[in-house]
Amino acid sequence: MANFIDDRTIEYVGILAKLELSDEEREAAKKDMGRMLDYIDKLNELDTSGVEPMSHVFPVQNVFREDVVTNGDESEKTLGNAPEEKDNMFVVPRTFEGN
Amino acid sequence: MRGKMDKSELLHLSAVELNRAIREGKTTAVEAMEAVLEQIEKKDGQYNCYVTVAGDTALAKAAEVQKKIEAGELTGPLAGVPVAVKDNMCTEGLLTTCSSKILENFVPAFSAEAVLQLERAGAVVIGKTNMDEFAMGSTTETSAYGVTRNPRNPEHVPGGSSGGSAAAVAAEECFFALGSDTGGSIRQPASYCGVVGMKPTYGTVSRYGLVAYGSSLDQIGPLTKTVEDCAAVLETIASHDKKDSTSVERADTDFTSALVKDVKGMRIGIPRDYLGEGLDSEVRDAVLAAAELLQANGAVVEEFDLSLVEYAIPTYYTIAAAEASSNLERFDGIKYGYRAKDAAGLHQMYKKTRSQGFGPEVKRRIMLGSFVLSSGYYDAYYLKALRVKAMIKKAFDDAFAKYDCILGPVAPTTAPELGRSLADPIKMYLGDIYTISVNLAGLPGISVPCGADSRGLPIGLQLIGDCFNEKKLIQTAYTYEQCAKEGN
Repeated sequence: MANFIDDRTIEYVGILAKLELSDEEREAAKKDMGRMLDYIDKLNELDTSGVEPMSHVFPVQNVFREDVVTNGDESEKTLGNAPEEKDNMFVVPRTFEGN
Repeated sequence: MRGKMDKSELLHLSAVELNRAIREGKTTAVEAMEAVLEQIEKKDGQYNCYVTVAGDTALAKAAEVQKKIEAGELTGPLAGVPVAVKDNMCTEGLLTTCSSKILENFVPAFSAEAVLQLERAGAVVIGKTNMDEFAMGSTTETSAYGVTRNPRNPEHVPGGSSGGSAAAVAAEECFFALGSDTGGSIRQPASYCGVVGMKPTYGTVSRYGLVAYGSSLDQIGPLTKTVEDCAAVLETIASHDKKDSTSVERADTDFTSALVKDVKGMRIGIPRDYLGEGLDSEVRDAVLAAAELLQANGAVVEEFDLSLVEYAIPTYYTIAAAEASSNLERFDGIKYGYRAKDAAGLHQMYKKTRSQGFGPEVKRRIMLGSFVLSSGYYDAYYLKALRVKAMIKKAFDDAFAKYDCILGPVAPTTAPELGRSLADPIKMYLGDIYTISVNLAGLPGISVPCGADSRGLPIGLQLIGDCFNEKKLIQTAYTYEQCAKEGN
Protein backbone atom coordinates (compact mmCIF):
# COMPACT_ATOMS: atom_id res chain seq x y z
CA MET A 1 0.00 0.00 0.00
CA ALA A 2 1.51 3.29 -1.09
CA ASN A 3 -0.60 5.37 1.29
CA PHE A 4 0.08 4.50 4.91
CA ILE A 5 -2.41 6.02 7.31
CA ASP A 6 -0.93 6.25 10.80
CA ASP A 7 -2.69 6.54 14.17
CA ARG A 8 -2.19 10.29 14.33
CA THR A 9 -3.86 10.86 10.96
CA ILE A 10 -6.83 8.67 11.75
CA GLU A 11 -7.19 10.42 15.13
CA TYR A 12 -7.17 13.81 13.37
CA VAL A 13 -9.69 12.72 10.73
CA GLY A 14 -11.90 11.34 13.52
CA ILE A 15 -11.91 14.79 15.13
CA LEU A 16 -12.83 16.47 11.83
CA ALA A 17 -15.53 13.90 11.12
CA LYS A 18 -16.81 13.96 14.72
CA LEU A 19 -16.67 10.19 14.89
CA GLU A 20 -15.41 8.08 17.75
CA LEU A 21 -14.10 4.80 16.40
CA SER A 22 -13.62 1.61 18.38
CA ASP A 23 -10.14 0.04 18.20
CA GLU A 24 -11.42 -2.45 15.66
CA GLU A 25 -13.09 0.24 13.53
CA ARG A 26 -9.96 2.36 13.70
CA GLU A 27 -7.74 -0.41 12.34
CA ALA A 28 -10.26 -1.14 9.57
CA ALA A 29 -10.52 2.57 8.73
CA LYS A 30 -6.73 2.91 8.44
CA LYS A 31 -6.61 0.05 5.96
CA ASP A 32 -9.73 1.18 4.08
CA MET A 33 -8.58 4.74 3.69
CA GLY A 34 -5.11 3.66 2.57
CA ARG A 35 -6.62 1.46 -0.12
CA MET A 36 -9.04 4.15 -1.26
CA LEU A 37 -6.27 6.74 -1.50
CA ASP A 38 -4.12 4.30 -3.48
CA TYR A 39 -7.01 3.97 -5.85
CA ILE A 40 -7.64 7.72 -6.02
CA ASP A 41 -3.93 8.26 -6.76
CA LYS A 42 -4.77 6.94 -10.22
CA LEU A 43 -5.85 10.50 -10.99
CA ASN A 44 -2.19 11.52 -10.83
CA GLU A 45 -1.69 9.76 -14.17
CA LEU A 46 -3.52 12.70 -15.74
CA ASP A 47 -1.88 16.02 -16.43
CA THR A 48 -4.43 18.54 -15.18
CA SER A 49 -2.24 21.63 -15.32
CA GLY A 50 -4.17 24.50 -16.79
CA VAL A 51 -7.53 22.81 -16.16
CA GLU A 52 -9.87 24.85 -13.96
CA PRO A 53 -11.51 22.88 -11.12
CA MET A 54 -15.19 22.41 -11.98
CA SER A 55 -17.42 22.44 -8.91
CA HIS A 56 -20.66 22.72 -10.85
CA VAL A 57 -21.40 21.76 -14.45
CA PHE A 58 -23.50 24.88 -14.95
CA PRO A 59 -22.43 28.38 -13.96
CA VAL A 60 -24.44 28.56 -10.74
CA GLN A 61 -24.76 31.76 -8.77
CA ASN A 62 -26.21 32.72 -5.45
CA VAL A 63 -29.95 33.17 -5.73
CA PHE A 64 -31.23 36.11 -3.73
CA ARG A 65 -34.79 36.77 -2.64
CA GLU A 66 -36.50 39.14 -0.25
CA ASP A 67 -36.42 38.03 3.37
CA VAL A 68 -40.15 37.50 3.68
CA VAL A 69 -41.80 34.79 5.74
CA THR A 70 -43.84 32.52 3.48
CA ASN A 71 -44.59 29.66 5.86
CA GLY A 72 -46.43 29.79 9.17
CA ASP A 73 -45.23 29.10 12.68
CA GLU A 74 -43.94 25.55 12.59
CA SER A 75 -42.14 25.57 15.94
CA GLU A 76 -44.39 22.90 17.39
CA LYS A 77 -43.77 20.51 14.50
CA THR A 78 -40.06 21.29 14.60
CA LEU A 79 -39.78 20.74 18.32
CA GLY A 80 -41.77 17.54 17.91
CA ASN A 81 -38.57 16.03 16.52
CA ALA A 82 -36.35 17.26 19.36
CA PRO A 83 -34.56 14.49 21.27
CA GLU A 84 -35.11 16.62 24.40
CA GLU A 85 -37.18 19.77 24.77
CA LYS A 86 -38.08 22.19 27.56
CA ASP A 87 -40.17 25.40 27.47
CA ASN A 88 -40.20 25.55 23.68
CA MET A 89 -36.41 25.13 23.46
CA PHE A 90 -33.97 22.36 22.55
CA VAL A 91 -32.20 20.88 25.56
CA VAL A 92 -28.50 20.18 24.95
CA PRO A 93 -25.77 18.75 27.17
CA ARG A 94 -23.51 21.12 29.09
CA THR A 95 -21.56 23.22 26.61
CA PHE A 96 -19.17 25.24 28.81
CA GLU A 97 -17.06 23.98 31.66
CA GLY A 98 -16.97 25.61 35.07
CA ASN A 99 -19.79 27.34 37.00
CA MET B 1 -69.68 1.42 -13.43
CA ARG B 2 -67.39 0.50 -10.46
CA GLY B 3 -65.34 -2.58 -9.79
CA LYS B 4 -65.05 -3.71 -13.39
CA MET B 5 -61.45 -4.82 -12.94
CA ASP B 6 -60.20 -7.46 -10.55
CA LYS B 7 -57.24 -6.60 -8.38
CA SER B 8 -54.51 -8.58 -10.09
CA GLU B 9 -55.57 -7.10 -13.43
CA LEU B 10 -55.34 -3.66 -11.83
CA LEU B 11 -51.83 -4.26 -10.50
CA HIS B 12 -50.51 -5.08 -13.98
CA LEU B 13 -51.47 -1.63 -15.31
CA SER B 14 -48.90 1.07 -15.90
CA ALA B 15 -49.39 4.40 -14.11
CA VAL B 16 -51.01 6.18 -17.06
CA GLU B 17 -53.15 3.11 -17.88
CA LEU B 18 -54.42 3.10 -14.30
CA ASN B 19 -55.24 6.80 -14.52
CA ARG B 20 -57.16 6.17 -17.75
CA ALA B 21 -59.10 3.32 -16.12
CA ILE B 22 -59.98 5.61 -13.19
CA ARG B 23 -61.15 8.38 -15.49
CA GLU B 24 -63.24 5.90 -17.48
CA GLY B 25 -64.88 4.73 -14.26
CA LYS B 26 -63.52 1.19 -14.55
CA THR B 27 -61.90 1.50 -11.16
CA THR B 28 -61.18 4.15 -8.51
CA ALA B 29 -58.16 5.66 -6.78
CA VAL B 30 -59.30 3.92 -3.59
CA GLU B 31 -59.52 0.51 -5.25
CA ALA B 32 -56.06 1.01 -6.72
CA MET B 33 -54.65 1.90 -3.30
CA GLU B 34 -56.42 -1.07 -1.70
CA ALA B 35 -54.96 -3.37 -4.34
CA VAL B 36 -51.45 -2.04 -3.74
CA LEU B 37 -51.74 -2.26 0.05
CA GLU B 38 -52.95 -5.88 -0.25
CA GLN B 39 -50.03 -6.67 -2.53
CA ILE B 40 -47.63 -5.14 0.03
CA GLU B 41 -49.30 -7.18 2.78
CA LYS B 42 -48.78 -10.31 0.67
CA LYS B 43 -45.28 -9.71 -0.70
CA ASP B 44 -43.34 -7.26 1.39
CA GLY B 45 -42.60 -9.69 4.20
CA GLN B 46 -40.31 -11.37 1.69
CA TYR B 47 -39.02 -8.44 -0.41
CA ASN B 48 -38.81 -5.64 2.21
CA CYS B 49 -39.24 -2.84 -0.34
CA TYR B 50 -40.76 -0.46 2.21
CA VAL B 51 -39.45 1.05 5.44
CA THR B 52 -42.81 2.71 6.18
CA VAL B 53 -46.27 2.19 4.70
CA ALA B 54 -48.78 5.01 5.19
CA GLY B 55 -51.79 2.61 5.16
CA ASP B 56 -54.97 4.34 6.35
CA THR B 57 -53.59 7.82 5.60
CA ALA B 58 -52.92 6.72 2.02
CA LEU B 59 -56.46 5.32 1.71
CA ALA B 60 -57.97 8.54 3.06
CA LYS B 61 -55.92 10.62 0.60
CA ALA B 62 -56.93 8.32 -2.26
CA ALA B 63 -60.59 8.93 -1.36
CA GLU B 64 -60.05 12.71 -1.44
CA VAL B 65 -58.31 12.46 -4.80
CA GLN B 66 -61.11 10.29 -6.21
CA LYS B 67 -63.64 13.01 -5.33
CA LYS B 68 -61.51 15.64 -7.07
CA ILE B 69 -61.17 13.46 -10.18
CA GLU B 70 -64.94 12.99 -10.29
CA ALA B 71 -65.43 16.75 -9.82
CA GLY B 72 -63.12 17.39 -12.76
CA GLU B 73 -60.54 19.18 -10.59
CA LEU B 74 -57.74 16.66 -11.24
CA THR B 75 -57.28 15.81 -14.88
CA GLY B 76 -53.58 14.92 -15.22
CA PRO B 77 -52.15 11.49 -16.16
CA LEU B 78 -51.05 10.62 -12.61
CA ALA B 79 -54.25 11.55 -10.74
CA GLY B 80 -55.29 8.72 -8.45
CA VAL B 81 -52.11 6.73 -9.01
CA PRO B 82 -50.34 5.27 -5.91
CA VAL B 83 -46.63 6.14 -5.74
CA ALA B 84 -43.74 4.90 -3.57
CA VAL B 85 -41.14 7.46 -2.43
CA LYS B 86 -37.51 6.73 -1.58
CA ASP B 87 -36.93 7.26 2.12
CA ASN B 88 -34.46 10.13 1.62
CA MET B 89 -37.20 12.51 0.46
CA CYS B 90 -39.01 14.40 3.19
CA THR B 91 -42.71 13.67 3.52
CA GLU B 92 -44.68 15.85 5.92
CA GLY B 93 -46.00 13.82 8.85
CA LEU B 94 -44.50 10.57 7.52
CA LEU B 95 -41.35 8.99 8.96
CA THR B 96 -38.25 9.70 6.82
CA THR B 97 -35.25 7.61 7.89
CA CYS B 98 -32.77 7.53 4.96
CA SER B 99 -32.57 3.88 6.08
CA SER B 100 -30.33 5.07 8.93
CA LYS B 101 -30.57 4.59 12.67
CA ILE B 102 -29.66 8.26 13.13
CA LEU B 103 -33.04 9.25 11.62
CA GLU B 104 -35.02 6.37 13.16
CA ASN B 105 -37.67 8.76 14.57
CA PHE B 106 -37.54 11.74 12.18
CA VAL B 107 -40.95 13.03 11.04
CA PRO B 108 -40.46 15.97 8.65
CA ALA B 109 -42.45 19.18 9.05
CA PHE B 110 -42.53 19.64 5.26
CA SER B 111 -42.48 17.65 2.03
CA ALA B 112 -39.86 17.58 -0.71
CA GLU B 113 -40.79 19.74 -3.70
CA ALA B 114 -40.85 16.69 -6.04
CA VAL B 115 -43.31 14.96 -3.71
CA LEU B 116 -45.49 18.09 -3.57
CA GLN B 117 -45.52 18.26 -7.38
CA LEU B 118 -46.76 14.68 -7.52
CA GLU B 119 -49.42 15.32 -4.86
CA ARG B 120 -50.63 18.42 -6.68
CA ALA B 121 -51.07 16.21 -9.76
CA GLY B 122 -53.16 13.79 -7.69
CA ALA B 123 -50.67 10.97 -7.15
CA VAL B 124 -51.01 9.40 -3.69
CA VAL B 125 -47.99 8.42 -1.55
CA ILE B 126 -48.18 4.78 -0.41
CA GLY B 127 -45.09 4.86 1.77
CA LYS B 128 -41.33 5.16 1.90
CA THR B 129 -38.95 2.72 0.26
CA ASN B 130 -35.82 1.10 1.56
CA MET B 131 -32.39 2.24 0.34
CA ASP B 132 -28.71 2.05 1.11
CA GLU B 133 -28.10 4.15 4.21
CA PHE B 134 -28.02 7.82 3.08
CA ALA B 135 -27.92 6.49 -0.52
CA MET B 136 -24.37 5.20 -0.01
CA GLY B 137 -24.19 1.80 -1.65
CA SER B 138 -25.10 -0.19 -4.73
CA THR B 139 -27.10 -3.07 -3.27
CA THR B 140 -29.55 -1.74 -0.61
CA GLU B 141 -27.64 -3.96 1.83
CA THR B 142 -26.30 -1.04 3.91
CA SER B 143 -29.83 -0.16 5.13
CA ALA B 144 -30.30 -0.17 8.90
CA TYR B 145 -33.71 -1.75 8.30
CA GLY B 146 -32.76 -4.98 6.54
CA VAL B 147 -31.91 -5.85 2.96
CA THR B 148 -34.39 -5.59 0.09
CA ARG B 149 -34.66 -8.66 -2.14
CA ASN B 150 -34.90 -8.60 -5.92
CA PRO B 151 -38.45 -9.63 -6.92
CA ARG B 152 -37.08 -11.21 -10.13
CA ASN B 153 -34.97 -13.55 -7.96
CA PRO B 154 -35.07 -13.10 -4.17
CA GLU B 155 -31.59 -14.58 -3.68
CA HIS B 156 -30.18 -11.53 -5.50
CA VAL B 157 -29.90 -7.86 -4.54
CA PRO B 158 -32.22 -5.30 -6.15
CA GLY B 159 -29.31 -2.93 -6.70
CA GLY B 160 -29.03 0.43 -5.06
CA SER B 161 -29.20 2.82 -3.62
CA SER B 162 -32.85 3.18 -4.76
CA GLY B 163 -33.30 -0.61 -4.42
CA GLY B 164 -36.59 -0.43 -2.53
CA SER B 165 -38.13 1.84 -5.17
CA ALA B 166 -37.02 -0.37 -8.10
CA ALA B 167 -38.10 -3.55 -6.32
CA ALA B 168 -41.49 -2.05 -5.39
CA VAL B 169 -42.17 -1.27 -9.08
CA ALA B 170 -41.03 -4.77 -10.14
CA ALA B 171 -43.13 -6.45 -7.42
CA GLU B 172 -46.24 -4.44 -8.33
CA GLU B 173 -46.19 -2.99 -4.81
CA CYS B 174 -46.69 0.45 -6.40
CA PHE B 175 -47.49 1.82 -9.84
CA PHE B 176 -44.36 3.94 -9.98
CA ALA B 177 -41.72 5.28 -7.61
CA LEU B 178 -39.35 8.16 -7.02
CA GLY B 179 -35.66 7.50 -6.54
CA SER B 180 -32.53 9.61 -6.34
CA ASP B 181 -29.36 9.15 -8.39
CA THR B 182 -25.92 10.37 -7.26
CA GLY B 183 -23.77 7.87 -9.16
CA GLY B 184 -26.27 5.48 -10.73
CA SER B 185 -28.68 4.94 -7.84
CA ILE B 186 -31.80 5.05 -10.06
CA ARG B 187 -30.47 3.50 -13.26
CA GLN B 188 -28.60 0.54 -11.75
CA PRO B 189 -31.46 -0.80 -9.57
CA ALA B 190 -33.85 -0.22 -12.49
CA SER B 191 -31.52 -2.38 -14.59
CA TYR B 192 -31.25 -5.13 -11.93
CA CYS B 193 -35.03 -5.23 -11.36
CA GLY B 194 -36.10 -4.96 -15.01
CA VAL B 195 -37.87 -1.58 -14.83
CA VAL B 196 -37.36 1.84 -16.41
CA GLY B 197 -35.36 4.44 -14.46
CA MET B 198 -34.21 7.92 -15.37
CA LYS B 199 -31.79 10.45 -13.96
CA PRO B 200 -32.64 13.86 -15.43
CA THR B 201 -30.21 16.67 -16.24
CA TYR B 202 -28.84 18.19 -13.03
CA GLY B 203 -31.16 20.95 -11.84
CA THR B 204 -34.29 19.69 -13.64
CA VAL B 205 -36.00 18.39 -10.49
CA SER B 206 -35.81 20.42 -7.29
CA ARG B 207 -33.64 18.90 -4.58
CA TYR B 208 -35.55 20.79 -1.87
CA GLY B 209 -36.44 18.23 0.79
CA LEU B 210 -34.10 15.58 -0.61
CA VAL B 211 -31.66 14.69 2.15
CA ALA B 212 -28.35 15.65 0.55
CA TYR B 213 -25.55 13.16 -0.08
CA GLY B 214 -23.40 14.65 -2.88
CA SER B 215 -25.22 17.90 -3.61
CA SER B 216 -23.47 18.62 -6.92
CA LEU B 217 -24.40 15.13 -8.19
CA ASP B 218 -27.78 14.28 -6.60
CA GLN B 219 -30.87 14.32 -8.78
CA ILE B 220 -34.38 12.92 -8.20
CA GLY B 221 -36.00 10.86 -10.96
CA PRO B 222 -38.69 8.29 -11.82
CA LEU B 223 -38.70 4.49 -11.63
CA THR B 224 -41.55 3.15 -13.75
CA LYS B 225 -42.93 0.17 -15.64
CA THR B 226 -42.81 1.86 -19.05
CA VAL B 227 -41.05 4.70 -20.89
CA GLU B 228 -44.44 6.41 -21.28
CA ASP B 229 -44.84 6.50 -17.48
CA CYS B 230 -41.26 7.75 -17.14
CA ALA B 231 -42.00 10.73 -19.39
CA ALA B 232 -45.28 11.49 -17.61
CA VAL B 233 -43.66 11.40 -14.16
CA LEU B 234 -40.68 13.50 -15.21
CA GLU B 235 -43.01 16.06 -16.79
CA THR B 236 -44.85 16.28 -13.46
CA ILE B 237 -41.87 16.57 -11.11
CA ALA B 238 -39.67 18.87 -13.23
CA SER B 239 -39.95 22.40 -11.88
CA HIS B 240 -38.01 25.57 -11.32
CA ASP B 241 -37.86 25.98 -7.56
CA LYS B 242 -36.65 29.12 -5.80
CA LYS B 243 -35.94 27.02 -2.73
CA ASP B 244 -33.17 25.15 -4.59
CA SER B 245 -30.46 27.50 -5.84
CA THR B 246 -29.24 24.88 -8.35
CA SER B 247 -32.70 24.50 -9.86
CA VAL B 248 -32.66 25.33 -13.59
CA GLU B 249 -35.41 27.25 -15.34
CA ARG B 250 -36.31 25.40 -18.52
CA ALA B 251 -39.25 25.65 -20.88
CA ASP B 252 -38.94 22.27 -22.58
CA THR B 253 -40.39 20.02 -19.87
CA ASP B 254 -43.25 18.66 -22.01
CA PHE B 255 -41.46 15.31 -22.03
CA THR B 256 -44.49 13.26 -23.10
CA SER B 257 -44.34 15.01 -26.49
CA ALA B 258 -41.22 12.91 -27.16
CA LEU B 259 -43.13 9.61 -26.98
CA VAL B 260 -42.71 9.09 -30.70
CA LYS B 261 -41.77 5.76 -32.26
CA ASP B 262 -39.12 6.98 -34.68
CA VAL B 263 -35.32 6.88 -34.60
CA LYS B 264 -34.65 7.53 -38.27
CA GLY B 265 -31.41 9.47 -38.51
CA MET B 266 -30.81 9.42 -34.73
CA ARG B 267 -27.02 9.39 -34.30
CA ILE B 268 -26.08 6.90 -31.60
CA GLY B 269 -22.52 6.35 -30.36
CA ILE B 270 -21.38 3.29 -28.41
CA PRO B 271 -18.20 3.94 -26.38
CA ARG B 272 -15.73 1.14 -27.05
CA ASP B 273 -14.49 1.79 -23.51
CA TYR B 274 -17.90 0.56 -22.25
CA LEU B 275 -17.61 -2.83 -23.96
CA GLY B 276 -14.20 -3.92 -22.72
CA GLU B 277 -12.77 -5.78 -19.78
CA GLY B 278 -15.08 -6.50 -16.87
CA LEU B 279 -18.28 -6.52 -18.92
CA ASP B 280 -20.27 -9.75 -18.66
CA SER B 281 -20.64 -11.32 -22.13
CA GLU B 282 -24.39 -11.87 -21.79
CA VAL B 283 -24.86 -8.20 -20.87
CA ARG B 284 -22.73 -7.15 -23.84
CA ASP B 285 -24.72 -9.34 -26.24
CA ALA B 286 -28.06 -7.98 -25.01
CA VAL B 287 -26.91 -4.36 -25.25
CA LEU B 288 -25.47 -4.82 -28.74
CA ALA B 289 -28.67 -6.58 -29.85
CA ALA B 290 -30.62 -3.53 -28.67
CA ALA B 291 -28.29 -1.29 -30.68
CA GLU B 292 -28.87 -3.44 -33.77
CA LEU B 293 -32.63 -3.17 -33.33
CA LEU B 294 -32.35 0.62 -33.24
CA GLN B 295 -30.10 0.54 -36.29
CA ALA B 296 -32.58 -1.69 -38.15
CA ASN B 297 -35.19 0.99 -37.45
CA GLY B 298 -33.18 3.77 -38.96
CA ALA B 299 -30.73 4.95 -36.29
CA VAL B 300 -27.14 5.62 -37.30
CA VAL B 301 -25.07 3.57 -34.86
CA GLU B 302 -21.29 3.50 -34.52
CA GLU B 303 -18.61 2.79 -31.96
CA PHE B 304 -16.23 5.49 -30.73
CA ASP B 305 -13.64 6.18 -28.01
CA LEU B 306 -15.07 8.23 -25.15
CA SER B 307 -11.81 8.22 -23.12
CA LEU B 308 -11.15 8.88 -19.40
CA VAL B 309 -13.72 6.22 -18.39
CA GLU B 310 -11.38 4.58 -15.86
CA TYR B 311 -10.90 7.90 -14.05
CA ALA B 312 -14.58 8.47 -13.35
CA ILE B 313 -14.79 6.26 -10.26
CA PRO B 314 -11.83 7.71 -8.29
CA THR B 315 -13.05 11.21 -9.25
CA TYR B 316 -16.56 10.43 -8.10
CA TYR B 317 -15.61 8.90 -4.76
CA THR B 318 -13.39 11.86 -3.91
CA ILE B 319 -16.08 14.44 -4.71
CA ALA B 320 -19.04 12.47 -3.32
CA ALA B 321 -17.21 11.65 -0.07
CA ALA B 322 -16.11 15.28 0.34
CA GLU B 323 -19.65 16.57 -0.13
CA ALA B 324 -21.07 13.82 2.07
CA SER B 325 -18.73 14.65 4.94
CA SER B 326 -19.95 18.23 4.81
CA ASN B 327 -23.65 17.45 4.24
CA LEU B 328 -23.82 14.86 7.00
CA GLU B 329 -22.39 17.21 9.62
CA ARG B 330 -25.97 18.28 10.36
CA PHE B 331 -26.73 14.94 12.01
CA ASP B 332 -25.55 15.81 15.48
CA GLY B 333 -28.38 14.72 17.78
CA ILE B 334 -29.48 18.27 18.64
CA LYS B 335 -32.69 19.08 16.79
CA TYR B 336 -33.95 15.76 15.46
CA GLY B 337 -33.12 12.10 15.10
CA TYR B 338 -31.19 9.80 17.37
CA ARG B 339 -29.25 11.20 20.36
CA ALA B 340 -26.78 9.07 22.32
CA LYS B 341 -27.48 8.78 26.03
CA ASP B 342 -24.99 9.35 28.85
CA ALA B 343 -22.60 11.69 27.04
CA ALA B 344 -20.57 13.93 29.34
CA GLY B 345 -20.65 17.17 27.33
CA LEU B 346 -21.67 18.58 23.99
CA HIS B 347 -18.73 17.26 21.99
CA GLN B 348 -18.96 13.83 23.56
CA MET B 349 -22.63 13.80 22.63
CA TYR B 350 -21.91 14.70 18.98
CA LYS B 351 -19.31 11.97 18.67
CA LYS B 352 -21.29 9.27 20.41
CA THR B 353 -24.49 10.11 18.55
CA ARG B 354 -22.80 9.95 15.16
CA SER B 355 -20.71 6.87 15.96
CA GLN B 356 -23.77 4.96 17.17
CA GLY B 357 -26.15 6.39 14.58
CA PHE B 358 -24.21 5.89 11.32
CA GLY B 359 -23.42 2.51 9.74
CA PRO B 360 -19.97 1.39 8.48
CA GLU B 361 -20.28 2.53 4.81
CA VAL B 362 -21.46 6.00 5.84
CA LYS B 363 -18.61 6.32 8.34
CA ARG B 364 -16.12 5.16 5.69
CA ARG B 365 -17.22 7.90 3.29
CA ILE B 366 -17.38 10.62 5.95
CA MET B 367 -13.83 9.75 7.04
CA LEU B 368 -12.53 9.76 3.47
CA GLY B 369 -14.34 13.02 2.73
CA SER B 370 -13.00 14.70 5.86
CA PHE B 371 -9.50 13.62 4.86
CA VAL B 372 -9.59 14.87 1.26
CA LEU B 373 -10.94 18.23 2.43
CA SER B 374 -8.42 18.64 5.25
CA SER B 375 -5.67 21.21 4.96
CA GLY B 376 -2.62 19.79 3.25
CA TYR B 377 -4.65 17.32 1.18
CA TYR B 378 -7.36 19.57 -0.28
CA ASP B 379 -5.39 20.51 -3.39
CA ALA B 380 -3.90 17.08 -4.02
CA TYR B 381 -7.17 15.20 -3.75
CA TYR B 382 -10.28 17.38 -3.85
CA LEU B 383 -9.17 20.02 -6.35
CA LYS B 384 -7.46 17.37 -8.46
CA ALA B 385 -10.79 15.50 -8.68
CA LEU B 386 -12.62 18.69 -9.69
CA ARG B 387 -10.07 19.20 -12.46
CA VAL B 388 -10.55 15.66 -13.76
CA LYS B 389 -14.29 16.24 -13.59
CA ALA B 390 -13.86 19.16 -15.99
CA MET B 391 -11.91 16.88 -18.35
CA ILE B 392 -14.62 14.20 -18.19
CA LYS B 393 -17.27 16.80 -18.98
CA LYS B 394 -15.20 17.93 -21.97
CA ALA B 395 -14.97 14.33 -23.26
CA PHE B 396 -18.77 14.15 -23.22
CA ASP B 397 -19.06 17.56 -24.93
CA ASP B 398 -16.87 16.21 -27.74
CA ALA B 399 -19.00 13.06 -28.02
CA PHE B 400 -22.25 15.03 -28.18
CA ALA B 401 -20.87 17.12 -31.01
CA LYS B 402 -21.12 13.89 -33.03
CA TYR B 403 -24.00 11.97 -31.45
CA ASP B 404 -27.56 12.51 -30.25
CA CYS B 405 -27.25 9.74 -27.66
CA ILE B 406 -24.62 7.50 -26.18
CA LEU B 407 -25.66 3.85 -25.79
CA GLY B 408 -24.15 1.25 -23.48
CA PRO B 409 -24.78 -1.08 -20.57
CA VAL B 410 -26.02 0.22 -17.20
CA ALA B 411 -23.86 -2.12 -15.15
CA PRO B 412 -21.11 -4.65 -15.97
CA THR B 413 -23.16 -7.58 -14.65
CA THR B 414 -26.70 -8.52 -13.68
CA ALA B 415 -27.74 -8.40 -10.01
CA PRO B 416 -25.21 -10.08 -7.70
CA GLU B 417 -26.29 -12.56 -5.04
CA LEU B 418 -27.11 -11.17 -1.61
CA GLY B 419 -24.16 -10.91 0.76
CA ARG B 420 -21.44 -10.92 -1.91
CA SER B 421 -20.71 -7.21 -2.39
CA LEU B 422 -19.93 -5.34 0.82
CA ALA B 423 -16.69 -7.13 1.78
CA ASP B 424 -14.70 -5.41 -0.98
CA PRO B 425 -15.77 -1.76 -1.35
CA ILE B 426 -13.52 -0.92 -4.30
CA LYS B 427 -14.83 -3.90 -6.25
CA MET B 428 -18.38 -2.76 -5.45
CA TYR B 429 -17.56 0.79 -6.57
CA LEU B 430 -16.28 -0.57 -9.91
CA GLY B 431 -19.83 -1.71 -10.65
CA ASP B 432 -20.75 1.97 -11.07
CA ILE B 433 -18.32 2.52 -13.96
CA TYR B 434 -20.91 3.13 -16.70
CA THR B 435 -23.30 5.27 -14.65
CA ILE B 436 -21.07 7.47 -12.53
CA SER B 437 -19.63 9.84 -15.16
CA VAL B 438 -23.18 10.85 -16.13
CA ASN B 439 -23.55 12.46 -12.68
CA LEU B 440 -20.12 14.08 -12.84
CA ALA B 441 -21.08 15.73 -16.14
CA GLY B 442 -24.66 16.58 -15.04
CA LEU B 443 -26.14 14.62 -17.97
CA PRO B 444 -29.48 12.83 -18.29
CA GLY B 445 -29.43 9.02 -18.46
CA ILE B 446 -32.13 6.38 -18.76
CA SER B 447 -32.14 2.66 -18.09
CA VAL B 448 -34.52 0.49 -20.13
CA PRO B 449 -34.93 -3.30 -19.82
CA CYS B 450 -33.30 -5.13 -22.74
CA GLY B 451 -33.67 -8.80 -21.94
CA ALA B 452 -32.35 -11.20 -19.33
CA ASP B 453 -29.30 -13.41 -18.80
CA SER B 454 -29.38 -17.22 -18.80
CA ARG B 455 -30.40 -17.18 -15.12
CA GLY B 456 -33.39 -14.97 -15.90
CA LEU B 457 -31.91 -11.84 -14.29
CA PRO B 458 -32.85 -8.59 -16.10
CA ILE B 459 -30.34 -6.61 -18.18
CA GLY B 460 -30.57 -2.85 -18.62
CA LEU B 461 -29.76 -0.71 -21.64
CA GLN B 462 -28.42 2.75 -20.82
CA LEU B 463 -28.94 5.79 -23.03
CA ILE B 464 -27.09 8.98 -22.14
CA GLY B 465 -27.91 12.39 -23.58
CA ASP B 466 -26.36 15.82 -23.59
CA CYS B 467 -27.60 18.25 -20.92
CA PHE B 468 -31.30 19.15 -21.46
CA ASN B 469 -31.72 16.48 -24.15
CA GLU B 470 -34.07 14.19 -22.21
CA LYS B 471 -36.47 14.21 -25.14
CA LYS B 472 -33.98 12.47 -27.43
CA LEU B 473 -33.47 9.83 -24.74
CA ILE B 474 -37.19 9.36 -24.22
CA GLN B 475 -37.82 9.09 -27.97
CA THR B 476 -35.01 6.56 -28.46
CA ALA B 477 -35.95 4.55 -25.36
CA TYR B 478 -39.64 4.57 -26.36
CA THR B 479 -38.83 3.44 -29.89
CA TYR B 480 -36.63 0.63 -28.58
CA GLU B 481 -39.28 -0.46 -26.06
CA GLN B 482 -42.05 -0.51 -28.68
CA CYS B 483 -39.93 -2.28 -31.32
CA ALA B 484 -38.73 -4.88 -28.81
CA LYS B 485 -42.33 -5.48 -27.70
CA GLU B 486 -43.50 -5.96 -31.27
CA GLY B 487 -40.48 -8.14 -32.03
CA ASN B 488 -39.15 -6.00 -34.88
